[in-house]
Amino acid sequence: MLNFFLLIIIYAGIYALMAIGQNCITGNTGMLSLCHAGFFCIGSYTTAIMCKTFGLPFWFSLPVAAIISGFVGFLIGVPTLRLKGDYLCIATLGLGEIIRNIATNVNPVGMMSVPRAELFGYQFSSRNKFTFILLIWFFVAVAYILFRQLAHSRIGRAMIAVREDEVAAQSNGINVTKYKIGAFILGAGVGGTAGCFATAYTLTVQPSSFTFMVSVMVLCMVVLGGMGNLAGVILGAFIIEFISYFPQLVGLSSVIPAQASQIIYGLVLVVMMICRPQGILGRDKYRYGDPRTFTQKLSARLPGRKKEGV
Amino acid sequence: MRILEAQEVTKAFGGVVAVNKVNFNVEQGLVNGLIGPNGAGKTTLFNQITGMDVPTSGKIIFDGNDITGLPAWKISRLGIARTFQNIRLYNDLTVVENVMMGLHFKVGSDPFHHRLAQAFRSYFNAGKENRELYTRALEWLEFFNLTHVKDEFARNLPYGNQRELEIARALASEPKILFLDEPAAGMNPAETEHLMKIINRIKEHGVTVVLIEHDMKLVMNICDNITVLSFGQKIAEGTPEEIKSNPLVIEAYLGREDD
Repeated sequence: MLNFFLLIIIYAGIYALMAIGQNCITGNTGMLSLCHAGFFCIGSYTTAIMCKTFGLPFWFSLPVAAIISGFVGFLIGVPTLRLKGDYLCIATLGLGEIIRNIATNVNPVGMMSVPRAELFGYQFSSRNKFTFILLIWFFVAVAYILFRQLAHSRIGRAMIAVREDEVAAQSNGINVTKYKIGAFILGAGVGGTAGCFATAYTLTVQPSSFTFMVSVMVLCMVVLGGMGNLAGVILGAFIIEFISYFPQLVGLSSVIPAQASQIIYGLVLVVMMICRPQGILGRDKYRYGDPRTFTQKLSARLPGRKKEGV
Repeated sequence: MRILEAQEVTKAFGGVVAVNKVNFNVEQGLVNGLIGPNGAGKTTLFNQITGMDVPTSGKIIFDGNDITGLPAWKISRLGIARTFQNIRLYNDLTVVENVMMGLHFKVGSDPFHHRLAQAFRSYFNAGKENRELYTRALEWLEFFNLTHVKDEFARNLPYGNQRELEIARALASEPKILFLDEPAAGMNPAETEHLMKIINRIKEHGVTVVLIEHDMKLVMNICDNITVLSFGQKIAEGTPEEIKSNPLVIEAYLGREDD
């Protein structure tokens, strides 16, 4: 029971990284893309190949995976730029499947017993889940801080402008093409690092685990938590992972088939679209001009100080 | 002095020639009107000039440079701002954030070079830069008396205020020419009156204005010179008085008597 709980927290962390990437593409820049499984696949294979075949350390494979999948994001972004909405969705879906098919054809059985990630002689493994949780959530926190800074800068605002109205964005001097490609590169890069951690945890890579369903799950997390809201998409990752492991968690995996979770995702999305289309946490409310410093804002929020504030 | 010259601009959509060899001059510091019946090609001409579309033939000279076929974002950085016939605000951003978008490329010294370096600087100094942009955006909101709604989402504004906000966003980039595409459409007489004052104040600021408008009272009152288009062709050009008495213009709007 506890083990399953820890497993959910680890997978929620891995998927939270993916969702942060997807949020950059879909939530901020407004491109409905469905190829995050492809970036995940590239990241996983990069780590597996670098660690096992070349015997390089895990930490070295992490930035390499981010760069390679970012580059693939660039390759996917360039030809699909002119597409919008449903068309972009279909095109990226196809490209994601191409990545998986290449993996299946080159290496149908996958790779087993990849060396563990090591830090100062300590090995991160599935045997000690607590340390792995620390590892993965440390990186989620880093990604959260970096992408939060992006969303709250002039650059992130320009991405939102592209989402809201491309024509108006151009008339404001925003190079829409550049921002769209940039969003794809950043989103893909983070998706790739998520793949590294998945490999570091399971120590195996199988092409069959990068199906289209993974992309759908990640998109669900973003839509569920709130498009463009980083805390929201991390919450979404938790909820979706919880749903998918719920049968095992309550010990009913023999009664409830694994496919049931897919029905539940669909149900959750439909209910969300009807009741709260902006997602659980909704839009990120950030006051750009708030002249108060962080500590001032914090103290204003603390109870008991409120009366002095005015 | 001519700040912008459209020379023989033609735009054809398949067999339909929306703009046919139109010469259009914009005089610096004045309010230049562009009128004509519906479907005359006014907005199409605007789109060619502001880079939303590429003309089939012809040349557009701005400040002595040929800007024909440049992408819209480059043209806007050169100093040509515009508003749209159907309002195009960033609905999910607040009023002040909308104006901050107008200031997007006003950060840093050079609007074209080293933009990537500038992007990194903007990323790491986001807080400081945001405060600066916010203060500048507030000045523009004050100019339009929109300060009280600064934290409202753009979509929640009344129609008249949305029009004003769009102009504020365009003006925030401190353009040399401001193109207004039917700013008074859907406004009541009081709002139109207010708009007239705003356009006059923009002119006083030294910004050249190009105005498409159907409200003849507004056009005749504030325009210094007027160009008339009909079925994609320029049929008249002159001061409001000349245009009012031009038989070709009257014919285009009201039809010929012996028809």
